[in-house]
Amino acid sequence: MSKITGSEAVIKCLLEEQVDIIYGYPGGAIMPVYDELYKYQDKIHHVLTRHEQGATHSAQGFARISGRVGVAIATSGPGATNLVTGLADAQIDSTPMVCITGQVSSHLLGSDAFQETDIIGISTPITKWNYQITKASEIPEIFAKAFYIAKSGRPGPVLIDITKDAQFDKIEFSYKKVEAIRSYNPEPKISPDALKNAADLINNAKKPLIVWGQGVILGNAENELIKFVEKSGIPAAWTILGASAIPTNHPLNVGMLGMHGNYAPNVLTNECDVLIAIGMRFDDRVTGDVNRYAKQAKIIHFEIDPAEVNKNIQVDIAVLGDAKKSLNEILKITNKKTHKKWLNEFKKLYKIEYEKVIHNDLNPVKDGLTMGEVMKEINLQTKGNAAIVSDVGQHQMIACRYSDFNISKSNITSGGLGTMGFALPAAIGAKMACPEREVVAVIGDGGYQMTIQELGTVFQTKAAVKIVVLNNDFLGMVRQWQQLFFDKRYASTEMVNPDFVKIAEGYYLKARRVTERKDLADAVEEMIKSNEPYFLEVIVEKEDNVFPMIPTGSSVSEIRLN
Amino acid sequence: MSDKLIKYTVSIYTENSVGLLNRISAIFQRRHINIESFNSSMTEIENVQRWTILVITSESLIKKIVGQINRQVEVIQAYYHTDEETIYQESCLFKIKSSLLFDDRQIQNIIKESNAIIVTVNPEFFVIEKSGRTHELDELYEKLNKYGILQYVRSGRIAVTKSPLMISEKLSNFKK
Repeated sequence: MSKITGSEAVIKCLLEEQVDIIYGYPGGAIMPVYDELYKYQDKIHHVLTRHEQGATHSAQGFARISGRVGVAIATSGPGATNLVTGLADAQIDSTPMVCITGQVSSHLLGSDAFQETDIIGISTPITKWNYQITKASEIPEIFAKAFYIAKSGRPGPVLIDITKDAQFDKIEFSYKKVEAIRSYNPEPKISPDALKNAADLINNAKKPLIVWGQGVILGNAENELIKFVEKSGIPAAWTILGASAIPTNHPLNVGMLGMHGNYAPNVLTNECDVLIAIGMRFDDRVTGDVNRYAKQAKIIHFEIDPAEVNKNIQVDIAVLGDAKKSLNEILKITNKKTHKKWLNEFKKLYKIEYEKVIHNDLNPVKDGLTMGEVMKEINLQTKGNAAIVSDVGQHQMIACRYSDFNISKSNITSGGLGTMGFALPAAIGAKMACPEREVVAVIGDGGYQMTIQELGTVFQTKAAVKIVVLNNDFLGMVRQWQQLFFDKRYASTEMVNPDFVKIAEGYYLKARRVTERKDLADAVEEMIKSNEPYFLEVIVEKEDNVFPMIPTGSSVSEIRLN
Repeated sequence: MSDKLIKYTVSIYTENSVGLLNRISAIFQRRHINIESFNSSMTEIENVQRWTILVITSESLIKKIVGQINRQVEVIQAYYHTDEETIYQESCLFKIKSSLLFDDRQIQNIIKESNAIIVTVNPEFFVIEKSGRTHELDELYEKLNKYGILQYVRSGRIAVTKSPLMISEKLSNFKK
């Protein structure tokens, strides 16, 4: 067998794992791998982002829309440290991602060599697994392990650091996919007793509520969830990362949970008799005050990660295992039922929320545009078939609340970490993973400027993302909190912004600004009809607030409508 | 679940892997839990390490922490136990001036009564080794300290559990 270099082995590993697109940025310690990428450019498309953070978010967007492992690559030192935010984001949002970093030669490790940084030490708490390769012979096994770990069980990010000498050294290449690791149990076995106990509670419940999260999407369990919801007749609400698993217009979909979620599911969380949590982790943004969360209810938790059970909320029954399999099993022993009276309580509360909040958000009469009416127009024009990639802040809550989703894996946003700057690069990754899908990035004027340089990536790749900046010249969510909890002391939240249209045009993108309601529909239509990337800035009301809202420390049932 | 703070012995069976210690210590650090003692050793199973970590915390927290330790890819299995559930020992070494052995006969009695072992004696110094429970080591230290100690070092706790842990079974199941 002829020998190949470690860097060629890296490429061959990626090909073995069916990787055909990676996001990254070259530099000294990763140059041998880039040299091989050049030779293999017909097989692997390398996307040059304008910052390594952009590479990680693009890989995340790619993974979130497709369910495949996203791959990002960077050099040592600053290249590696720039991956940190994306790694942390992928870790907390369980996104399968493999990051590859170059490292100084092994004989220089620990010597403070040029662009040396201890990225293994730095990335340890924000990766599912990481490893430093110092010998070329380790490459095949470590890559196989990395991809297996990233995508199995509860997915997460993995970082592989490769010293420069390991990239140059020669090995005989052979690849064997990893299918098990003896110390690693990614998918606990489902306990038949737990299932039976869960079914007993579910079948006897008078006012049951399902709360589902991203575990349903990561486990490809959308159809199983819909069948379970329909058979049991139980109203079902979602965390923001769970959004789109069940279509928005499904009659049993009762909306969004949490701090800026819908009124009914939050209030009724504290009135249900059985709470059925599926693939969610009781994040504090969902639970509000944990000491006053669903205390009256029996709680069942379907969960793949045993460490999440009883972490934030004590549960009565834990059904460990993969959501698809558990739901399939529970479906068999669930009685067919309807909960008409109980469902009416959701409808009643929805009506209150509609009158006090939703109607005004979507059909404003005041002069200034609302973020909600922009989302309504996007829904109309895309018929609910778009993937919505949102950034972090007020616009994110509005996008999650009001987007229509017909297709799963369509709500791509930074949930757990709340990473401003996520949306633009993530949208690029999502569009490249699914070029046939309409991908609309909805971003605030603050977050947009955190990764605005990725407009260069849009221009260079021609990825036809639609970029909507909802501009209120404020860091709106922080301003809202300042208004409500800090006596309107707007400390460093007002932004003096540049001409975003000119900036987009500087990157040769089609761009348009809307300042008046009468132009909105036409502009959104033009954007959606465009086959090219398109930038749309909408000037929205400066000091609008997002409601409903559960103030920090309050209980879910204390959700405020104004 | 109790929020009372007590001593827990955390036993972790791991693969022999560089960097895992960092990962585990970060789990304690995030929750501001101080590690009282730490010991890493080989085990009855080839290529498997056992870490024994002593912490003072509540049952509700230690349960969550051990859950998060078990989640790590290279952890084979982690457990937590109370003092009552384990047989545990610590070990310590005292280096003392040899002249004291002859100047002050009382030291010889202390050594005898405490069941300590004299490891080595030379004209300048002698070394005593003592294994036992924490309080036994503390007592011996108090007694000898009066006479002057040149060097004193103490190991972390090591412990075996009264109930079986079935690690070999778990690993042999994997091979099937």
